[in-house]
Amino acid sequence: MTDTTIEIQETSEGQPVPDDIDPVEDATVALNEKFPGEITPDSRERFSGLIVSPERLVEIAEYLRDDLGFNYLSSVTGVDLIEDNQMEVVYHTYSIQKGGGAIVLKVQVDRDDPVVPTLVPVWPGADFQEREIWDLFGIRFEGHPDLRRILMWEGFEGHPMRKDWKEPFFESEEKPFGSRWPGGNVSRAEEHNPFGKNVQYPSGWLPDGVEFEVDTELYAGVTVTRDATPGLKTDKVTVNLGPQHPSTHGVFRMVVTLDGETVVELKPVMGYLHRNHEKIGERNSFIMNIPYTDRLDYLCSMSNNHGYVLAVEKLLDATVPERAEWIRILMVELTRFVNHAWALGFLLNDLGALQTPMLYLYIERELVLDFFEATAGSRMMCNYMRFGGLAYDLPEMVRDQPTMEFLQELIHERLPKALEQLDTYITNNEIVRTRCIGVGVLTPEDAIAYSTAGPVLRASGVPYDVRKAEPYSYYDKLDFDTAVRYNGDIYDRYVIRIDEMWQSLRILRQVLPMLKETEGAPIISGKPQYAIRVKGGDAYGRVENPKGELGFYVTAKSRASNPDRYHVRAPSFINLTPLGHMLKGYKVADIVAVLGSIDIVLGEVDR
Amino acid sequence: MYGAGLVKGLAVTMKHFVATYLDDIHWLARGGRYYNDEALSVRQSLKGRGAITVFYPEEKLAVPERFRFIPFLVTDDPQPGETWPHDWCTSCGICAKVCPPQCIWIVRGKLPNGRPKPEPEEFFIDIDICMNCGLCSEFCPFDAIKMDHDYELSGYNRTTAHIHDKERLSKPISYWREIATKKAEAEEAARELAKASKGKRKGKDEEDSPSPTLSETQAKQLYYRGEG
Repeated sequence: MTDTTIEIQETSEGQPVPDDIDPVEDATVALNEKFPGEITPDSRERFSGLIVSPERLVEIAEYLRDDLGFNYLSSVTGVDLIEDNQMEVVYHTYSIQKGGGAIVLKVQVDRDDPVVPTLVPVWPGADFQEREIWDLFGIRFEGHPDLRRILMWEGFEGHPMRKDWKEPFFESEEKPFGSRWPGGNVSRAEEHNPFGKNVQYPSGWLPDGVEFEVDTELYAGVTVTRDATPGLKTDKVTVNLGPQHPSTHGVFRMVVTLDGETVVELKPVMGYLHRNHEKIGERNSFIMNIPYTDRLDYLCSMSNNHGYVLAVEKLLDATVPERAEWIRILMVELTRFVNHAWALGFLLNDLGALQTPMLYLYIERELVLDFFEATAGSRMMCNYMRFGGLAYDLPEMVRDQPTMEFLQELIHERLPKALEQLDTYITNNEIVRTRCIGVGVLTPEDAIAYSTAGPVLRASGVPYDVRKAEPYSYYDKLDFDTAVRYNGDIYDRYVIRIDEMWQSLRILRQVLPMLKETEGAPIISGKPQYAIRVKGGDAYGRVENPKGELGFYVTAKSRASNPDRYHVRAPSFINLTPLGHMLKGYKVADIVAVLGSIDIVLGEVDR
Repeated sequence: MYGAGLVKGLAVTMKHFVATYLDDIHWLARGGRYYNDEALSVRQSLKGRGAITVFYPEEKLAVPERFRFIPFLVTDDPQPGETWPHDWCTSCGICAKVCPPQCIWIVRGKLPNGRPKPEPEEFFIDIDICMNCGLCSEFCPFDAIKMDHDYELSGYNRTTAHIHDKERLSKPISYWREIATKKAEAEEAARELAKASKGKRKGKDEEDSPSPTLSETQAKQLYYRGEG
């Protein structure tokens, strides 16, 4: 495994592993000392977190970041507490150096005119997340540099995630809903009017002749005035990259201001694939949500399932049997391999290696997807994990070969050969090296401040991996290293994914014998039920998705059958925050390469 | 040497290029590399070398038993002289409740005196909305709705052809046994087990009939093997 042309950095030096002193308790005590009377723990049953007043929020955040070492803001969530006539913003902060759990800050404001001070000066990574809360909830963040809608389009009226905003079709109060077509009387809107149109406009409103003030704020913020160089008339041009573009990894748009070929400013615009995942999550019961989580980051469906199931198992206080945990790790690590194969393939695609290395990696990806199909029933939308275990045990045969033999050959021979081939093929390729080394640099301090996660964070020299910092499942029993690279450029983000694939293979080699040992053991604890009732409370379940830290913040009332608030901390979404910062001063051709190195999937960015 | 990386890369591409033709020669005497079932199964397995293209629709990949596309309703095998075979579905409505995008709707059967009949009068699935998750078949207590393997459903009508009614959805149990043999066997064994244990609870002698159990392999085919 070590006979590759790049040096594998197999050290976990600096990787935080939680020790006996709980950093969260320590910090809570210190906070109470410094701000006496300002911090009240959340008193609702099974809820955790510290409620602070909006006026002191920025001060407390700065103290947390500078003095207590909780310098990583992982997630900012808005919650609509309609019964108490309040709105809440929940902040999850972690310590990079110490690892361990989160200090959760909660701010509760009046629902009629909710205003919360912005945390962007403290943590720039809160930028997009606060815009999302303004967009979907209507909580105004005072002092935010650019408070515009992010997921909905600019002319949208209303704040969709509020509890009193009803979805157009599912307008009934009771859940689950009755029939979509009562009595089986199916009809399409096109059949109801002679023009065959399926659009309905509010009465008195006509689409023609309406001037939409779209994008004015956006362009006004980006376009820079004419800048005359002595003797030469120059101008700066604002262009759109996307949303229809072969290299933007989906429907993603970037508004770029260019001075010749050099990027002056770049603003990402997203929301073209927004599918209302979080409100659907509130409408559905817990088990009905699992297939929807498949479709978030649609390349890593097993990993998404895992994160959601972890969060709800915390609400249920469920335990998972041993064999189920080993199979979960098997699936998640195979997903990591599959996802990085895809990401590297597309990065090379963006650089101009038109699909050849990508398709060579896909040969192995096809084998892994065949295995997923034989086990879960579907190649990508696996819907495999359940609360307390799994839906199915491993199959007998995969493509006419017994499963354990298949896995043995795959993990010990096929996948390592593919990785070695990739190394020979591309890593020392002169074109890749010239275009990627030194481009799109992200310093470690910036990486932490912008809340990046996953390979983007680790390629900048910060060895933070959720599997080691806050171990879940059986990762604390496994022997593997955290991959780190120190330059923070595109080349490092490329090489670190190869490092992570080697580490995944290392984990898989340890998992295989455990699977053989636990042959015949149960794979779920408790009876299968389709309508579970949770004990209530709030839970934040986070996993190390191949793209970063995927977190699910799920709130539910006691004995509830569906969540009250369901939020996805999407790594692709938050990793896009430093995109403009990384690209200042680079060329147009580098935009696509940097975007490819961040590795986004629009299903996750827009949910 | 400048350019060494590029040359190494080209060598890898050459290797794949040559491997495909070598494989072609290997299969020349064995029935051809394409349009040959045996060659296809080798090409798709771990032993495959060279390009792994599948010449659909002349060659089709075998679909595993657990593959899920659109659901179908299970009925008894049609007997001679019957207008409609007996449905296994009792219209309990669990599948409609658990369907995530709510694409199933059922009209329960009614006896002449107004009491409910354990048979659906109407059963609709909107396959435009179905997300192929399989939760309906997972939680059906009567093994009456299963996930079909047929994915070739193109047609000429975009609207009403995509609402499958009970007639379109019903297929006999022999079809299920054909497409998912091991699963069907395991489910039958589980039904026998459930019947036998119910019989025991009613006070039958234990010495008369040996208690049937599910074998290891059978248990693996079923959803959920938990404790208790």
